[in-house]
Amino acid sequence: MEILMHRIGIWIGVFLTFAIFSFLYKDNPFYKIAEQIFIGISAGYWFIYTIYNILIPNLFVPVTTDFAHNFILLIPAFLGILMLCRLIPSIDWVSRYALAVVVGTTAGLFFKRYLQSDVLNQLTATMLNPFASSNAAQIIGELILIIGTITGIVYFFFSKKHEGAFGTTARVGIYFLMVSFGAAFGYTVMARISLLIGRLNFLLGDWLGIIKP
Amino acid sequence: MKRQIPMLITFFVGALIIVSEFIPHKPFGNLSTSLGGWFLIISGFAIILGQLSLFKVNIIKISRKAPNWPYFIIALVSFSIMVTCGILWGTQKQPGLIPISDKMLNFFGYKPFDYIFKYMFENLSATMFSLLAFFMASASYRAFRARNAESTLLLVAAVLVMLGRTTIGSTLTCWIPESLGFLHLPNIASFIMKYPNTAGQRAIMICAGFGVIGSSLRIILGIERSYLGGK
Amino acid sequence: MKIFERFLHIDRRIIFVLIFIGVALPLIWTLGFNLEVTENVESVYNLMEELEPGTRILISFDYGPSTKPEIQPMAIALMEQAFTNRIRIIAIALWPMGVQMCNEAFEKVSAEYPNIEYGIDFINLGYKVGGMVTINHMAKDFRSTFPTDGGGNPIDEFPIMKGIKNFDKLGCVISLSAGDPGLKQWVMIAHDTFGKPVGGGTTAVQAPIMLAYVNEQQQLVGLLGGLKGAAEYELLVNKPGFATKGMDAQSVAHLIIIIFILIGNIGYFATRKKDTMKS
Repeated sequence: MEILMHRIGIWIGVFLTFAIFSFLYKDNPFYKIAEQIFIGISAGYWFIYTIYNILIPNLFVPVTTDFAHNFILLIPAFLGILMLCRLIPSIDWVSRYALAVVVGTTAGLFFKRYLQSDVLNQLTATMLNPFASSNAAQIIGELILIIGTITGIVYFFFSKKHEGAFGTTARVGIYFLMVSFGAAFGYTVMARISLLIGRLNFLLGDWLGIIKP
Repeated sequence: MKRQIPMLITFFVGALIIVSEFIPHKPFGNLSTSLGGWFLIISGFAIILGQLSLFKVNIIKISRKAPNWPYFIIALVSFSIMVTCGILWGTQKQPGLIPISDKMLNFFGYKPFDYIFKYMFENLSATMFSLLAFFMASASYRAFRARNAESTLLLVAAVLVMLGRTTIGSTLTCWIPESLGFLHLPNIASFIMKYPNTAGQRAIMICAGFGVIGSSLRIILGIERSYLGGK
Repeated sequence: MKIFERFLHIDRRIIFVLIFIGVALPLIWTLGFNLEVTENVESVYNLMEELEPGTRILISFDYGPSTKPEIQPMAIALMEQAFTNRIRIIAIALWPMGVQMCNEAFEKVSAEYPNIEYGIDFINLGYKVGGMVTINHMAKDFRSTFPTDGGGNPIDEFPIMKGIKNFDKLGCVISLSAGDPGLKQWVMIAHDTFGKPVGGGTTAVQAPIMLAYVNEQQQLVGLLGGLKGAAEYELLVNKPGFATKGMDAQSVAHLIIIIFILIGNIGYFATRKKDTMKS
């Protein structure tokens, strides 16, 4: 019976796959149905896992099993309920208190972490001695890295008009950014094709059995 | 009161987190750690809010008979079935309200929640994103033109990376002797990724980092209030 | 000249069909192109190889079924290497679907390693929301972030979790990530704040961005990028799988796209020349 349900499951998967693929021809009811099923199941999945993996182990169990040590968790529970009040238009303003805690925590952490990781560490990583290596390709590469980073940063400085020497530097920065975008595009193509390979592997392997999955 | 108190809370919480970086001892360290735990719980409720909001929006569209309203019923039914299966019989590792019988488990091979996830959600999710492969191919053909120096650079970099990062690139230039190894397509692609690409991405990262730092400070100091919404 | 004008107006359905065929045929008849391992992938492999048997590592499953073809092969190859070298895995997820992805990968790999026991060599602690804030909390107080495993059992029951209060006892952190929250947040907290070596696997979309973290500061030890990264790792652990098989199809599809881009540009330049001559 399990094998039969497995085969039925495969056929359901195939039907839904072709329902989505039918969009390539044009928008149609099958695609719309599949899309709405996707939305519903996705939301339901996330709902269940939030309850089982977050609210129960991190809130309900500690509060119900050891209230004396965990009564302080009633505060985030209360704030969470305030958050849910956003659904009621007349009292949706109370959710701002919960939102303030979330936004404040995130802003405080982001301030420190982006400063260290994305600014200071990246600037430090750019301060190389490009002539330390004996490898010509590495020397050229590290010079490109330093020049590219500096000119790229100059490009993003919009408080001064891009003209003269400043404009030329910004122009060089644009060229480096274009190479970067081209490389990113190449990788994006790889990503999208990989997903199609996954689907065809399912259709040709699991469904038709032409290839070994 | 409706805006001032939340702004004060944001300031207090944000400042506490920043101060705890420099003074990790009591009380700042402990308060900061507790805040992390509270954040987890409040965020859990925020997700529940999102799902309930989806429910509410769809019901409003159905009641007002908005265009394509029958399809929204399908979303609600799917959501309800998934939640019901999850609550009643639980997930793969998590028990539900009703222990699943061996008969049911042998019938499906999985719990109903996991069965729907495996055979419906996985296929829908994967196919939805794999559509992009076709649109990407079509869009590249239509839009990718070497109109000027910048777009030519972009095109050349893209083509070199697309060839060099696949096995065909390695095969096309495998005959090149080691002395001319820098012309081997995978080596060219690696060079592009390691140096000019990193330079460009680093510039973006540093500037975006400054942006995030500025935004965070504005939020903490109450200059940026858009997150409060409404009146 | 008419032929060059036709180059600019190829029906997109022809492109769709050719892409479909170009991906399908190499999956059926493999071409066997050469695969070379790159430095970044080798760095992650070496990071894992240098760990002592019995070391515990954290793997974060931050992806879902939409990016499963790219990242699941990485997860499987990493698990295979870990179990071969008796490295113990603590798995978590910052994406809700990551839990199921982890379970599927573990079920597939554990079939080949019957000695691997849940709770001793491997544990799946489940999903937590919150991204960077949660990672930061985890690094300071692991046990209050994850009081139970994914099945609701207290973590004190499991030998693998003995002594884990923060990141101190972990050998390294590996994040398999498809977006936000993901590898970036792990770099910011696990490495830049708490000094743990971080390795990662990402989708090909994210890989160019994350490469900036592979630097002298070793913010990222190495990076597996996309299906190619997964295929290279399969080659290193000597267990070719889905990623290796998919590389031929990847190559042919890329070639088709490049040909269409060239056709479009030839048509563009030819018709532009004609328009210039006319005017």
